[in-house]
Amino acid sequence: MALLVCKDVILAYEGHTVVENLNFCVNSGDYLCIVGENGSGKSTLIKTLLNLRKPFAGEIRYGDGLQHNDIGYLPQQSLVQRDFPATVEEIVRSACLNRSGWRPFYTQEEKKQAQNNMLKTGVLHLAKRCYRELSGGQQQRVLLARALGAATRLLLLDEPAAGLDPQAGEEMYTLIKDLNQRDGMTVIMVTHDVSAAIQYASHVLHVSHKPLFFGTAAGYQQSDIGKIYMCRAKGDE
Amino acid sequence: MATALSTLSLYFQYPFVRYAFIVGILIALCSSLLGVTLVLKRFSFIGDGLSHVAFGALAVATVVNVQNNTLVVLPVTVTSAILLLRAGQNAKVKGDAAIAMVSVASLALGYLLLHLFSASSNLSGDVCSTLFGSTAILTLSAADVWLCFTMSLIVILLFICFYHKIFTVTFDETFAQATGINAGGYNVLIATVIAIVIVLAMNLVGSLLISALIIFPALSAMRLYKSFRSVIIFSACFSVCTAAIGLVIAILAGTPVGATIVTVDVLAFALCFALGSLLPAFHRG
Repeated sequence: MALLVCKDVILAYEGHTVVENLNFCVNSGDYLCIVGENGSGKSTLIKTLLNLRKPFAGEIRYGDGLQHNDIGYLPQQSLVQRDFPATVEEIVRSACLNRSGWRPFYTQEEKKQAQNNMLKTGVLHLAKRCYRELSGGQQQRVLLARALGAATRLLLLDEPAAGLDPQAGEEMYTLIKDLNQRDGMTVIMVTHDVSAAIQYASHVLHVSHKPLFFGTAAGYQQSDIGKIYMCRAKGDE
Repeated sequence: MATALSTLSLYFQYPFVRYAFIVGILIALCSSLLGVTLVLKRFSFIGDGLSHVAFGALAVATVVNVQNNTLVVLPVTVTSAILLLRAGQNAKVKGDAAIAMVSVASLALGYLLLHLFSASSNLSGDVCSTLFGSTAILTLSAADVWLCFTMSLIVILLFICFYHKIFTVTFDETFAQATGINAGGYNVLIATVIAIVIVLAMNLVGSLLISALIIFPALSAMRLYKSFRSVIIFSACFSVCTAAIGLVIAILAGTPVGATIVTVDVLAFALCFALGSLLPAFHRG
């Protein structure tokens, strides 16, 4: 049974169709990369998968007992966060609020869980540090730890390596791969980094107003569209 | 010094002075709690805009001769607050422009209405005291005092209960929404509470100076502290202290209450700013 199924989905942004004929499914344990150029509707797709906006047409179904609050999300950084006075610990703990209902404080268990997630993403030693003083890579790891706090089964990541230097980006991808393989977390990641997608993902969805490719990462490497984009990515470097 | 103390104790023998003191401090506390959220959400100016709306509503209430002004002013201000905060995200007129527009429009309309229809013999005096606050805080009626007191307690309780949620919604609204927190609902809650605080604070410092109560404690705290909790706690202490000092000075020197409190705020902010630059080592969790 698939965790997430997209069927004949059309996405529109302010009345204009962004992506159409979107059909794909994600199974438990998959690592799906959504690639495509800027403005091709990747972020809109993520927001739709998160139920933050409605698809213009078609259907997105959660399967296998997946609930809305089983999903962890790593958004792109916003301007507000750049000078926000908050410690790493405060941010990571805030993840479990979606399950706490009306309770106004955190339980010991929730604090423990936040601790574990910080350990997993390697930011436990920064727990008392102020978020705005960390490096870009460290900040992303903090947000990933928070996403883990909300996620029990599915992680949605929006450009997790955006704005990071190559080494920090590499570490971020390795970390995500670990979470996928070691902890069995299903991952959906949006990126414009095609080479990373092929290297780390199990499946690739290439969108550019309509889906150009959906299949395994190996299949993408063999496909015409994949070859073109990989050449282009190499040319950029 | 001895005379100052004896003047103070003379004043504090009157219950209405004691009540005013308590109410002033509670209002300062409430506005500083919410100030942090507003400053971080880039809504510092909303206090100003809303207080002008409250002024307009007050003018209308005065003109139509409503007994208890608050009953008119509060709902109008709460509605505008919700509209402004909600519209912030996806309106045709963007957040800051909308606030500026509403704020000047209601200020002009309010003054015009008062000018045309007010029966008062001392119009400019009335307007001045609404805009800049007056000694009104010392001459509040018992009903006003109780209203202020209850509202402040409600605001503080709400803030404590929803502290963590307010943090999440302020830090990252999209994430909060994505993980199933009703971010829209909390925004409405924040807007409502802000509007209540502003209507209350109008009594203390007048509508033009309310922003000071909202932004100075938050900015001073953010200058010195680095975790959300310590920023909140420090800005609450900052606000309570400056309000108390301002009130005492105003009583002793006979200066206008609102302007005195705000001046103390400005000086204390300058102090915090200097401390923040001089002592990077002072920065702690």
